[in-house]
Amino acid sequence: MKRTFPILAAVTALLLVFGTYQALVVAPTERTMGDVQRIFYYHVPSAWTAFCLFFVNLVASVIYLIRRNTSADALAVSAAETGVVFCTVVLVTGPLWARPVWGIWWTWDMRLTSTLVLWLIYVSYLLLRRFSDSAQTPVLAAVLAIFGALDVPLVYFSIWFFRTQHPQPVMGGGGSLDPRMLRVFLLNLAVFTLYGALLCWGRYRIEVMRRQVEETRALEALLDDGQAGSSPARSSR
Amino acid sequence: MSLLSPVTRATLLKDIRLEWRSKDALNSMLFFSLLVVVIFSFSFDPNAEESRQIAPGLIWVAFLFSTVVALNQTWARELRNHALDAYRVSPASPNSLFLAKTLGNFLFVTVLEALMAPLFVVFYNLRSIGPVWQLLLIGVLGTFALVVNGTFFAALSLRTRMREIMLPVILFPVSIPAIQAMVEATHIVLTGEGTARFWIVLLLTYDVVFTTASLALFGLILNAE
Amino acid sequence: MTSIRFMWTAYAAVWIIHGTYIAALLRRYRRLQREMNSLPKS
Repeated sequence: MKRTFPILAAVTALLLVFGTYQALVVAPTERTMGDVQRIFYYHVPSAWTAFCLFFVNLVASVIYLIRRNTSADALAVSAAETGVVFCTVVLVTGPLWARPVWGIWWTWDMRLTSTLVLWLIYVSYLLLRRFSDSAQTPVLAAVLAIFGALDVPLVYFSIWFFRTQHPQPVMGGGGSLDPRMLRVFLLNLAVFTLYGALLCWGRYRIEVMRRQVEETRALEALLDDGQAGSSPARSSR
Repeated sequence: MSLLSPVTRATLLKDIRLEWRSKDALNSMLFFSLLVVVIFSFSFDPNAEESRQIAPGLIWVAFLFSTVVALNQTWARELRNHALDAYRVSPASPNSLFLAKTLGNFLFVTVLEALMAPLFVVFYNLRSIGPVWQLLLIGVLGTFALVVNGTFFAALSLRTRMREIMLPVILFPVSIPAIQAMVEATHIVLTGEGTARFWIVLLLTYDVVFTTASLALFGLILNAE
Repeated sequence: MTSIRFMWTAYAAVWIIHGTYIAALLRRYRRLQREMNSLPKS
């Protein structure tokens, strides 16, 4: 088990390099947008990965509420954090793509806007986890995740209708893709998903470790207090 | 009132009575709301045509701020006298408490809006081309959307450091579709361009979804300590 | 800024974001390792 992670990490890194090479060199240049379109090979796979991770968070949160399984909670926070990282990438690459192509930094495009709201919801989730002093923080956070998930379809509907009333440029992949582009896109999609899963797993391992250390520390403190008077030879850490 | 359980009714009446007795909170909230309207009027020139276009947005943002300030003290009183613990051990259903709190907040915020709305009309020379009853409907649905989630999230953020800022932090993102709906609907009715039906239905859906979710999950978080 | 520069900026930004996060994770991991080792064997 210990060897798997570094090996997988190395493989993923290589695949990412390969995927980037494909995106920058092998994929043909887009006719209307030019080379700037290559951002697409990072932008959309990152969005997909972020949504997958947020979905994992939702499932883990529900499992936690039902079973009160601490590893479900550890997975929930790991998925949320890594999801936010990928989501940030989407929000940064989006405007950088939109500006040269459409002349404006931000378009209230469906995907970009809903990604922004999702990012906001999950950042607020992470802040609640960080600042909550209750022993039942995992329960509260899980409930917030569920509220966030309920919100998502409503966000989609409201943005969709708003867009039909106030049309704006459509971003990314409208229309069919050249098969060579599709290949590169699918490759990057798969690689980013793998990378996302690995990053989440790594974060999960760290979270489990952190909890173990905390528990041991707490136990230590308890035992130290108990033995305070009776063993004068006990060395302090 | 007979729709409400005895516990809900009792809690609601208690809250109203307490608010009425200590008019401090009510008075400061009213004054705060007035200040918000005035500040907005100074910042967004009411005479400019553009400002009248964005008036719906200004109004709802002002309502949002007042709602948050009102909500922040919603559980504070319960905490102070350990009333929350009494609720937990009593056989009363958690939903009765939640419903009472939500309705209480709704009434409170509506009072604030009843003050602010006429002021906005006066300062921005607003007149509605569409039917006014629709505006009232939007007002009720929109306020309820903010209050139901706000009351629930106020309970979530009860035991957090920086509680006052955590409430808007977790409330605003989830409220985005509702806020968009309220503002768009208000704009459509005021300008009389088209029908606000979609947005009103969205608001209604939002209210139903989140009231159900809050009632389903409130027990869980009330007992989370 | 010519349009190709936007592309390079975007690609760079992606790896800066990921790099920062991974570096933070590694730092946390090393700190946790150290703490685990310093705990008396229980």
